[in-house]
Amino acid sequence: MCLFQSVMNYFPEEVLEHVFDFLTSHRDRNAVSLVCKSWYSVEKFSRKKVFIGNCYAVNPERLIARFPRLRSLILKGKPHFADFNLVPHDWGGHVYPWIEAMAKSRINLEELRLKRMVVSDESLKLLAKSFPNFKSLVLVSCEGFTTNGLAAIASNCKFLRELDLQENEVDDRKGHWLSCFPESCTSLVSLNFACLKGEVNAAALERLVARCRNLRSLRLNHALPLEVLQKILVQAPQLNDLGTGSFTHDPNSETFIKLKNAVKNCHSIRSLSGFLDVNGRCLPAVYPICANLTALNLSYAPGIFSNELTKLIRHCKKIERLWILDTIGDKGLGVVANTCKELQELRVFPSDLYGVGNAAVTEEGLVAISAGCPKLNSILYFCQQMTNAALITVAKNCPNFIRFRLCTLNPIVPDAATNQPLDEGFGAIVQSCKGLTRLSVSGQLTDQVFLYIGMYAEQLEMLSIAFAGDSDKGMLYVLNGCKKLKKLEIRDSPFGNMALLSDMGKYETMRSLWMSSCQVTLGACKTLAEKMPRLNVEIISENEGGAGEVEARLDDRDRVEKMYLYRTLVGPRTDAPDFVRTL
Amino acid sequence: MEDYSREDEGCPQLLDLIAKGGEWVGIRAVERSHGISEEKKLELRLAPPGGEWSFEESNTTISRERNGLFSLGPCPQNTVLKPPSPWQHLQTSYLHPVRRESSQLCSNRAAAETKAFSAANTAMHNTAQKRTAPATVVGWPPIRSFRKNIASGSFSKQASDSPDVAPSKVSTVEKSSRTPFVKINMDGVPIGRKVDLKSYNTYEKLSFAVDELFRGLLAVQKKSCSGGIKDEGDGVEKIGGLLDGSGEYTLVYEDHEGDRMLVGDVPWHMFVSTVKRLRVLKTSELSALSRGPKQGKIAMNN
Repeated sequence: MCLFQSVMNYFPEEVLEHVFDFLTSHRDRNAVSLVCKSWYSVEKFSRKKVFIGNCYAVNPERLIARFPRLRSLILKGKPHFADFNLVPHDWGGHVYPWIEAMAKSRINLEELRLKRMVVSDESLKLLAKSFPNFKSLVLVSCEGFTTNGLAAIASNCKFLRELDLQENEVDDRKGHWLSCFPESCTSLVSLNFACLKGEVNAAALERLVARCRNLRSLRLNHALPLEVLQKILVQAPQLNDLGTGSFTHDPNSETFIKLKNAVKNCHSIRSLSGFLDVNGRCLPAVYPICANLTALNLSYAPGIFSNELTKLIRHCKKIERLWILDTIGDKGLGVVANTCKELQELRVFPSDLYGVGNAAVTEEGLVAISAGCPKLNSILYFCQQMTNAALITVAKNCPNFIRFRLCTLNPIVPDAATNQPLDEGFGAIVQSCKGLTRLSVSGQLTDQVFLYIGMYAEQLEMLSIAFAGDSDKGMLYVLNGCKKLKKLEIRDSPFGNMALLSDMGKYETMRSLWMSSCQVTLGACKTLAEKMPRLNVEIISENEGGAGEVEARLDDRDRVEKMYLYRTLVGPRTDAPDFVRTL
Repeated sequence: MEDYSREDEGCPQLLDLIAKGGEWVGIRAVERSHGISEEKKLELRLAPPGGEWSFEESNTTISRERNGLFSLGPCPQNTVLKPPSPWQHLQTSYLHPVRRESSQLCSNRAAAETKAFSAANTAMHNTAQKRTAPATVVGWPPIRSFRKNIASGSFSKQASDSPDVAPSKVSTVEKSSRTPFVKINMDGVPIGRKVDLKSYNTYEKLSFAVDELFRGLLAVQKKSCSGGIKDEGDGVEKIGGLLDGSGEYTLVYEDHEGDRMLVGDVPWHMFVSTVKRLRVLKTSELSALSRGPKQGKIAMNN
């Protein structure tokens, strides 16, 4: 027995477990479990939080066998491009089997966080009944449930602390789900129902807020008028995070004056969002709390004029996270740059999707932000136009980007000044930002940009490509160069079989690859699937006719419209619909 | 600044982003009139102050890759397009930077494919690349449906609406129109008018038109307010002094950023491109409306 072994055996398992408790990151804990059998075992039984980035990479049974004492689960379902309607409805990502399996095995589930999954009312009801200590439900970009499911959660989860619904498609049955929180429920810390379209019982909400003294985060939906907000703020001045519902009223009314006073009392608010349906003249009501805000989300409020926005922003000197619409304009972004010196994350969303309105930002705004905000590390920027010169300047100003997502409204627009592709600009970004983990490119791009990405983006984990590149070389540069790549999603780009098949082993080091409207053929996908049994290679057809017809029509030389492949431990999934064929 | 060479022979002037007979072709740089000065402006370097990037390492990688991957295949043209960039060191080690045009012409595609873009779309891109948003491309711009509903103004609809509600423009954000008919309202007149700015080419003509549009309406308003019966036509005052602050009324406008601006400061064509709506305000009330110390704002004398 070696010295190390004897030393390690000196520690009882409880000590190891206690030490492991300090490891919170999944990667660290995964690494720990690879050290030796005894560590594996201790880690296995002490693991409470599990993250599964692709719900089809494993199955519920394996999860439970591997981590029998888990308490908190994060699951992600559909591929990212499902957010943009590129994945047919009913593709999959059902949470029910997971809840069912955990219920059967009496897992002591306390937290569940789901992203892009299909959540049925049935699963919510089962969840509510099966886990007596359930505390936190966070649903992001999910669908498939109604307010009846929410009612089940409210009624049965006695210790519920968090119910957070972010941008879900919920069938609002206008039921009284909010009234289903029993009078005995006082444990709520976070409640976010901003995405619900229907009415809620305002009186029930006010009572709920009054009795939940630990409530820190509350985000209302559009149906709740200003009067209700005012009453709630009086009851809950301790809030940290507020999402207003509708924010429109006569600024001269008594209600509005009461609201202003209530807001003044809310000294703890650090995060502000909502303003769904807003009258710009009501915005001054929130000026008193702006000085301490670290997060501000005005991206759901298209009705605010740029000058009203900038007036508000001038009060927000401590903002770290700002989500806004492009109605702010380049000039408004200049104000942000001058005011928000603590800014770390900026997202500028498009407001005008159907026309060529001037309500858009250009490269000027981005350059101003990069010059004025030294702590900027994450950006999502939808813009009318971009130039290489601007991107190069941004790269020089901000070498600390970890997320850089640029989206030109015209996906193949070239450099606005020189008409060149935007290769050089993005090249500068990847060369300068050594810590970049996520990148989305757009605009006119050739293989060159991918050469740069492959050469410089050493930490890149996720790359999104659309309408870019000239040949297989582009994709090859990326696959060969980006050692840490986990997710690659490509649409409408001329990458084909040569690129797909050149390094098949690479895909086992990645979570997933999405290719749609590219040049890969069915034959190449079949070859890949055959050679790599631990990958699921799915061919997704449009929702017509079913796979049988599709198979009859497609021959190996035909292009595949949508391909999604991912590594998995459990083989082809059993719940695939007709139009999905796993090769 | 390295020499810039561009050889055009053999390459078509404008290519479409449509597969043609199985070949990928791309939009290429349109003939530029900027010349070298543009390139000079772009000579920005990503180097430490006073230093140069050392590209030795990258050069070796490049030459390795070049040998492995850079066979250009059956590419007859010697299309060398080297735009200026801080990456010039990178580029000198290539024989032929793979530009969009050359690779498109070289590449061979086995299967014909169709693109999401229609030909009409592409034509639009070629002529107005700066401004044009593409006609509907599925999933572009990439935002969640939840946001699409907001942007289209349907967020305010009640429950049980499907997300695919017909988009209605948010009324408070005026959309710029290709034909610049803009609304014009006048203080004291409840009904607004619309003017086609294309039909004027100076501020004077606009001012004259405003007078013509509102003179009658204003008279009607005054008549109904005063309650008496007066002769029409005679005695109706001309609305003048709109541009210089000398009249009872002054012409102002709202620009695309939502700011109120005095009409007349910028060249006419610039005005037309930024104006969203016009207002005729009482000169006496202008000072009450100024929004603070911003440049270019209404700065009433005294």
